[in-house]
Amino acid sequence: MRANKKLDIDRRRFTGSGLSLGALTLLTGCDVSDNDTVQAMFAKVSRWNNFVQGALFSRTRLAPEYPVAMAVKDFRFNAWYHYDQAPVLNAADFRLELAGLIADKRPWRVADLYALPQKTQVTRHVCVEGWSMIGQWTGTPLSVFLQRVGADLTAKYVGFVCADGYYESIDMGTALHPQTIMAFQLSGETLPAEYGFPFKIRIPTKLGFKQPKYVTALYVTNRNPGGFWVDRGYNWFSGI
Amino acid sequence: MRMTRPTTATHDIQEHPLLVRIAHWGQALAIIIMVGSGWRIYNSVPIFGDYRFPLWATLGGDPAISKVAHMDPGVANALNWHFAGMWLLLASYLLFIVHGLLSRHFFRDLLPLSPRAFLADFIAAATFRLDHRLGVYNAVQRAFYWGVLFAVFMMFASGLAIWKPVQLSWLTALFGGYPAARVIHFLFMSAICLFIIVHVALVALVPKTLLAMVFGRAAEPIHDAPEVPHAGE
Repeated sequence: MRANKKLDIDRRRFTGSGLSLGALTLLTGCDVSDNDTVQAMFAKVSRWNNFVQGALFSRTRLAPEYPVAMAVKDFRFNAWYHYDQAPVLNAADFRLELAGLIADKRPWRVADLYALPQKTQVTRHVCVEGWSMIGQWTGTPLSVFLQRVGADLTAKYVGFVCADGYYESIDMGTALHPQTIMAFQLSGETLPAEYGFPFKIRIPTKLGFKQPKYVTALYVTNRNPGGFWVDRGYNWFSGI
Repeated sequence: MRMTRPTTATHDIQEHPLLVRIAHWGQALAIIIMVGSGWRIYNSVPIFGDYRFPLWATLGGDPAISKVAHMDPGVANALNWHFAGMWLLLASYLLFIVHGLLSRHFFRDLLPLSPRAFLADFIAAATFRLDHRLGVYNAVQRAFYWGVLFAVFMMFASGLAIWKPVQLSWLTALFGGYPAARVIHFLFMSAICLFIIVHVALVALVPKTLLAMVFGRAAEPIHDAPEVPHAGE
């Protein structure tokens, strides 16, 4: 009798612990994320993660560079729209607008941009979703451009506005990093339309979505401008 | 009908200090968060062909809402869970490690461990001839606990290699580069999931280990052998 009773209790406990385990796994299935309290917690932790990543970032530590032979020729197109919907900008009409804490705000033509001193680097592009690709980009260090237009280099942020409705912003430390470039070429050829003609911001120290294409305006500010995906919940600093 | 009061002289006592219980459940919650959100992140760009984890097993809200509201398949929520959960995992892991070292629990209960003892206990366990005595860890358990502690450590290391392949490029290089580090991160996740399946199955077979981990102690005799008076009684 006694043994049977004990067995029964054990069986009930077995079912009980099985049920509580099931309840724990159900936690992942239900909508615990779509909740104001949880989202507020995310925002707080994301700000903390910005701080931690800013501390980890070094203005002199360089991203690994690879031999040209390792660069992918048919680089992946990535956007929330199909590549044939990418904005096609006309070089003759294009003007890069400047705003904010910049001394010389005269707009820039494509020819003037392309006449800036350039360098080529083969680096790994890392997407927030997990894929990565090595590519060869050529362009002007953003620091050179910012100095040339008399930007306030003590300001906190550089913001970008793009032809496809995209917008992004980065910290001044990253903007002045030697490998952060205004890329005019991919694989040695003028940037094709879907990759950001006339130029994209290539930042080997940040995730792919921090690197805007078809930039039509650039501004320097002390107020965090956010970003397209950042305002949809992605981490702002997103350094790698 | 004699009531046995749990005393320190009773052999079948499992005592888990409050700190250990906090660390254990902190890690349990953190691992559920990390695995659930990790699977959602994995699904956006699978490593192994087209294999994706079932949506119900992933963490990151209703993807249909994210998709129509802001063109995102719920990955933003999953990333937020992942990069918040990692702090809970780190805190509870460090608490567990520091406590295990300072209290000498690791040396007292999880060592020594030899391949021969592991093999002997493994065969005994596989043929259901291994007793479970609360508070005493057999060689298979010892190996499993060291194994899972190592696996969580490797999750931190490979996770850092994926998170910071530039700032910690030496670490990423140690794992054989960024794509390889992703695969290793996946493999140790799988090892931890395997551990959890075995761990939970064994807890279900010996439920008072669960009571001990919740309430701190469980002192019922687990063997149906006649009670032997203890020295203290």
